Amino acid sequence: MNQQKKIIENITKKWLFLVSLTTLVILIGIFFLLFFTGIKAFSEISLFEFFFGTNWNPTAYHEPSWGIFSLFIGTLMVTFGSLAFAIPLGIMSAIYLAEIASPKVREIVKPTIEMIAGIPSVVLGLIGLLFLSPLIAKLFGLSSGLTGLTSSIVVGIMVLPTIISISEDVITSLPREFKEASLALGATKWQTIKMVLVPASLSGIVAAIMLGLGRAVGETIVVLMLAGNSRAFPTSIFDSVRPMTANIAIEIKEVIRGGLHYKSLFAIGLVLFLMTFLINFISDLIIDKHVKKYKW
Amino acid sequence: MVKMDEQKKEKIYFTIFKIATFFSVVLLGFILIYIFVKGVSVINLNFLTSMWNHQDITKGGIFPAIIGTLFLAVGVSIFSIPIGISTAIYLNEFAKDNLFNRLIKLSIRNLAGVPSIVYGLFGLAFFVLLLKFGTSLLAASLTLGCMTLPWIITTSEEALKSVPNSFREASLALGATKIETIKMIVLPNSLGGMLTGSILGISRAMGETAPIIMVGATFFMNYLPKSAFDKFMALPYHLFILATQHSSPYSREYALGTALVLIFLVFSLNLGMFVIRYKLRSKKEW
Repeated sequence: MNQQKKIIENITKKWLFLVSLTTLVILIGIFFLLFFTGIKAFSEISLFEFFFGTNWNPTAYHEPSWGIFSLFIGTLMVTFGSLAFAIPLGIMSAIYLAEIASPKVREIVKPTIEMIAGIPSVVLGLIGLLFLSPLIAKLFGLSSGLTGLTSSIVVGIMVLPTIISISEDVITSLPREFKEASLALGATKWQTIKMVLVPASLSGIVAAIMLGLGRAVGETIVVLMLAGNSRAFPTSIFDSVRPMTANIAIEIKEVIRGGLHYKSLFAIGLVLFLMTFLINFISDLIIDKHVKKYKW
Repeated sequence: MVKMDEQKKEKIYFTIFKIATFFSVVLLGFILIYIFVKGVSVINLNFLTSMWNHQDITKGGIFPAIIGTLFLAVGVSIFSIPIGISTAIYLNEFAKDNLFNRLIKLSIRNLAGVPSIVYGLFGLAFFVLLLKFGTSLLAASLTLGCMTLPWIITTSEEALKSVPNSFREASLALGATKIETIKMIVLPNSLGGMLTGSILGISRAMGETAPIIMVGATFFMNYLPKSAFDKFMALPYHLFILATQHSSPYSREYALGTALVLIFLVFSLNLGMFVIRYKLRSKKEW
């Protein structure tokens, strides 16, 4: 009887272990498919042209060009544009919720803000298209409101809940003694926040920003709808831009499967994958350090 | 005098912070009201229950898109909930802290950060082309399933962690085996949390657009998908095309109407899960 139970336990454990390997297999699978499809593009495209060429025009009649630098700048522009908007707003909200708001307000406001994360991105894109982009065109006297700025604002709204929610968690999880010691020394609440709580939770807040950064780099449908998608090299935030994600989404349906264009889109996918992998890795390191620092 | 200044400063800063916080709340309110006010005019029984009419969009409805999105949600659930919950049980109840298990945890965190368009490329290359599923409901379900898996594992692990260790210890002390403890003590106390959390993850997947463009969604179908190998219509893709590529003068109104239906589906699912979670939590007494 006991023997039987042990066998069952062993089998169950092995089975669960095998199932949990799925995630590892998927991650490795994604990497290998991107890598081995994308790498083939470089038998015909030079690495230098791919990374530093500013002209992406694979379907040109005479001589196609394969430089993703303009697309890469587009991605950076939208990412940092959105963070410029989301970081100050997010951190101020997190501080307010964690330290200033009454518990009752916090209990209502925090889930409400998290609901923004539940809005499908395509719906935010729609509002950007119908409401924000005409507004921006009018405000800045542009012929088209589909610009880097428009998509930055909407992507910023998307990453806002991530930044607020994680930063708030970090600030509230600081040891109470920090606050008490500072207040006991006669500091005001604001001085305590500025000189004790924010510096102490800085690494956690940075990790929250990194997670927001990862989301902004990978956002596709909003930029596809709002960034304008011009392939020209963007010179200002009021230009139409085409980030890498949007470029894949636009072109993948029209390419010959297995052709050079198809492979080059996988190479762009690989660049995106490695970028987000790196961002995740760094934020992991920061979180790890933060946890170790405040483990009493 | 100095103290007065500090207090004034504090008041100013706190007011700014308060405005920043309520800005987000107002934003959410604005988005929901905007979609509702502008979208509600096209909602009627015909819009919700009839097939799509490609020639005259005012005559047809989005029934196939609603059904397609629901089918997709079911398909994603079938794949990702069992695997997600099993993985969470393994990681929380069995896994020792060794290199291999740390690798699994690392892969979960990284999968959560992979952009959805990259999942789309993966689904296209693997499920559609390599496994020859074609652009289909099956390929889309599996692709979105891979994407939701890390979310489901994370939320399930949280549910498992909320079961106090003393429960497990008491059961083991009574002579129960580990499996019996999990089956009779841990799972009954955490399954509710795991399932509600998982469905929240699935509701997020229902709103995804970028990956399904590549692996199976189509804009026009005059029948419902009959098998897992059929293409399907989906609300997010439908509204994307209406908003960006459709030439009808009414396409904007209909895009907003579709958005309203999509938000209603996603939020009612969210709200339902929140209520169930709240009830489950208040029942617990530890």
